[in-house]
Amino acid sequence: MNDLALHLLDIVQNSLGAGASFIAIEVSENPDENLLTISVKDNGRGISPEQLQKISDPFFTSRTTRRVGLGVPLLRHTAEQSGGSLEVSSEPGKGTLLTARFQYDHLDRPPLGDVANAAVLMISANPEVDFSYKYSYNGRSYQVSTQELKEVLGDLPLNDLYVMETIEEMIKENQSDLKVCQIE
Amino acid sequence: MTKIKSLDDLRQRKQQLEQGMEIREKSDHPESLVQIKVAMATCGIASGARAVMNAFVEKIKKEKIPAVVTQTGCMGYCYAEPTVEVKKPGMDPVVFSYVDVAKAEEIVDKYIRNNELLDGILPANYQTI
Repeated sequence: MNDLALHLLDIVQNSLGAGASFIAIEVSENPDENLLTISVKDNGRGISPEQLQKISDPFFTSRTTRRVGLGVPLLRHTAEQSGGSLEVSSEPGKGTLLTARFQYDHLDRPPLGDVANAAVLMISANPEVDFSYKYSYNGRSYQVSTQELKEVLGDLPLNDLYVMETIEEMIKENQSDLKVCQIE
Repeated sequence: MTKIKSLDDLRQRKQQLEQGMEIREKSDHPESLVQIKVAMATCGIASGARAVMNAFVEKIKKEKIPAVVTQTGCMGYCYAEPTVEVKKPGMDPVVFSYVDVAKAEEIVDKYIRNNELLDGILPANYQTI
């Protein structure tokens, strides 16, 4: 994985596979505290304590198409090589929370990548699932949810290419404002 | 064109988007559209599935092709990622392997536009669970 946005796309697939109808994504860049955090919380079917113990084992998966499950182990490896950590907590029937932390200035931390594009791809590809996306930079944040977007856009489908482009533009404008305001 | 920064800005842009929708076909009848599914599991993403997905989105937008791009999980063809399933209305789905940005464009130009098949077609009887 070349950047952390790709890990995010990958981890959200687990939530979708768990039948989640709501997925909350949070990305927090905090150079002041030398910390970058990515979290994904869903209301999917959850993970049993036995499965949770094996979640970082690359040779464990709940799928049947193949015998490896590399998404979480790769993210853990990336987090730990960047001086960070990965935590997963889950309650069967209620959902799962995954949090990856990275040392912001660590040489081995991959770039964050285009998280706004990743969020829009996830939203547009799964219009039946509700997403909430929050991006913070040094404590100032921007948040948007598909519930708000659907309320504003009405009948316009979120997977329309022009709608996608507009939403991505809106998220990127707000994200870049958060950074510019603080750099100035 | 003014920049979109808030939900109010988006509300104002809505009318313009709706007018565009009337010209384009609406995506709420997916059976009437070409459905492009990009496999986005770990194997696919690590092999470049996001770039492929963005390439399809750009190409069908640019060429105004009535299509919808979605994601699917691992098809079990990890060795051949990125894989993409294309289902044209009234036709059986076709799964393409080793898709990159150039091949995505080729799929649109040759298969979607002209029903011409490309190299590297995989069986479409995969399971994603």
